[in-house]
Amino acid sequence: MQYQSQAVAKPYFIAAIGLFVGQILFGLIMGLQYVMGDFLFPEIPFNVARMVHTNLLIVWLLFGFMGAAYFLVPEEAERELHSPKLALALFWIFLIAGALTILGYLLVPYAGLAKMTGNHLLPTMGREFLEQPTITKLGIVVVALGFLYNIGVTILAGRKTVVNLVLLTGLVGLAVFFLFAFYNPENLVKDKFYWWWVVHLWVEGVWELILGSILAFVLLKVTGVDREVIEKWLYVIIAMALITGVIGTGHHFYWIGAPEYWQWWGSIFSAMEPIPFFMMTVFAFNMVNRRRREHPNQAAVLWALGTAVMAFLGAGVWGFLHTLAPVNYYTHGTQITAAHGHMAFYGAYVMIVLTIISYAMPILRGQKAGNRSAQVLEMWSFWFMTVSMVFITLFLTGAGILQVWMQRYSDAPMAFMVVQEKIELFYWMREVAGLVFLIGLIMYVWSFFVKGDERVVASAATA
Amino acid sequence: MNVLWPVQLQPDVNAIATPPAPRRVRDLPGDFAIWIFIYAELLVFGVFFLAYAFARAGNVELFNEHQQFLDRTTGAVNTLVLITSSLFAVRAVEAIRRGAAASCSRWLAMAVMSGGVFVVLKLIEFADKQEQGITLSTNTFYMFYLSLTFFHFMHVLMGMVILSAVAVKAYRGAYSASRHTGVETGASYWHMVDLVWIVLFPLVYVMH
Repeated sequence: MQYQSQAVAKPYFIAAIGLFVGQILFGLIMGLQYVMGDFLFPEIPFNVARMVHTNLLIVWLLFGFMGAAYFLVPEEAERELHSPKLALALFWIFLIAGALTILGYLLVPYAGLAKMTGNHLLPTMGREFLEQPTITKLGIVVVALGFLYNIGVTILAGRKTVVNLVLLTGLVGLAVFFLFAFYNPENLVKDKFYWWWVVHLWVEGVWELILGSILAFVLLKVTGVDREVIEKWLYVIIAMALITGVIGTGHHFYWIGAPEYWQWWGSIFSAMEPIPFFMMTVFAFNMVNRRRREHPNQAAVLWALGTAVMAFLGAGVWGFLHTLAPVNYYTHGTQITAAHGHMAFYGAYVMIVLTIISYAMPILRGQKAGNRSAQVLEMWSFWFMTVSMVFITLFLTGAGILQVWMQRYSDAPMAFMVVQEKIELFYWMREVAGLVFLIGLIMYVWSFFVKGDERVVASAATA
Repeated sequence: MNVLWPVQLQPDVNAIATPPAPRRVRDLPGDFAIWIFIYAELLVFGVFFLAYAFARAGNVELFNEHQQFLDRTTGAVNTLVLITSSLFAVRAVEAIRRGAAASCSRWLAMAVMSGGVFVVLKLIEFADKQEQGITLSTNTFYMFYLSLTFFHFMHVLMGMVILSAVAVKAYRGAYSASRHTGVETGASYWHMVDLVWIVLFPLVYVMH
């Protein structure tokens, strides 16, 4: 570790992995509820399981992003973090607030939670992914401001690298667009319109800057390629991501009552969204092929390459599948969307957080890289999780195609629930793939506890 | 050797004595990254043009009817203005290849000013359409007309920003005969903006 204050990243990473496990467990519960509707009813109804599954994902990714920032910002800025104490305080505030919110979802009926937390004073609840009580949302803003202050001061006072500035831009954007979570107009069209400014402009806008900068940082470290080369790639990638992603928001405006021109704008610009992801794949492989050193942490290299490929497939290819308005007319809100959502979130954001954890965690624990046995297990967990996610995506895609065909496209469309029963087999297969994913995740967690040859570790630490 | 401007304004007496270092043909002018960018931009415009053709094929009469209300004269003037500004950009690159930084900076300034003329004429055109109550939702033809011209308009502004930055750097002596990638980069982007207009103008304003 080059700077002592980088150590604050560690609790963030640990919390992220812990919440990740929770997310997957609730995913499995929900997956089973698709085929056994009354499983765990009335204790955990489907809507609650879904809320916990998606909210945990967002929260643990935010923990991951913050941990990544606390780790890489001091190293890039070449100075200690402005205030490690603030970082730790915010960690506990965020963790406790997050845990209380999840407990609220699980223990109190949602309407009761809204009443308890004073939602009527400033109503922001009840919208997909933004279900958090208003008070939690305010807490998120406070944590985000404190976090931005901390890393902002560090960056501005230190060496300003492209990686740091792109990361900071992405994080500021994340905070700014979250403010639209507080805008909750009566008009349902406007409500949906600006709701996407949080949801879409996060994952297909500013989060891509965070993804790009973390990937660039890890590639810089593990390949030893010139910073100038990596920075140029990063610039071009994020410029393309923003040009296509920002106007690409239009692909959510087709059927919500927004003007018709969005069908053209959304289709044309979002059809280009795979380009920056493809460039990211070329970038990652290119840099690794031109590497000037063999970094001992081969697991981190694997994650870095994996995230580039899976982000392109999940976000790029599976996004393109249903982004054109005439196609989306039939696929909107079907299992095709779920297929895309799973692979895109896993490929782009889960994997980039696991990439930086894979690179940083051994360093935070005083080694340059994990021991050989630990790395082998971690790589196995990579393949288990990644391949099972490919299958989850394929099964959901199969379910989605059948659903579109039977429920929307055919001359004699069938009712929603009739179709759901007919595609049950795909949901069962998805659940099995989900169990394999859980096995991969258990292996991943286990890999942190594998003891190896101490001599190798010691020599790596002094290297 | 300059093919676009056959008349040498300043006879280059050194041209024979010291021939310029031969450029490898496959070298792209400017920074490689700008070419990725240019191709991506051309792709977006290309898809937009295809969408226009596709939409027009389904509604030829509507497109032909409303096309005649567009201001073709201003469009034609703007075409000349942009082509001329591209020539200025060529002259700027040529100047810096000779090491004439001040001249390069002046040519770039002229290119930016031509861009300014384009912007003013375009704003008058947009204001006129707005006065007539034409919006993106009026009909499919106007949707394409406004989207394409506005999207291109934003690229003209972007190009002007780039060329201005390059002009200032050139003025301050940041470029020389041997190191002037930045000038070529800016000029390449500007030519792309010009090229798109050369396709856009006949497609949207003239052809029916």
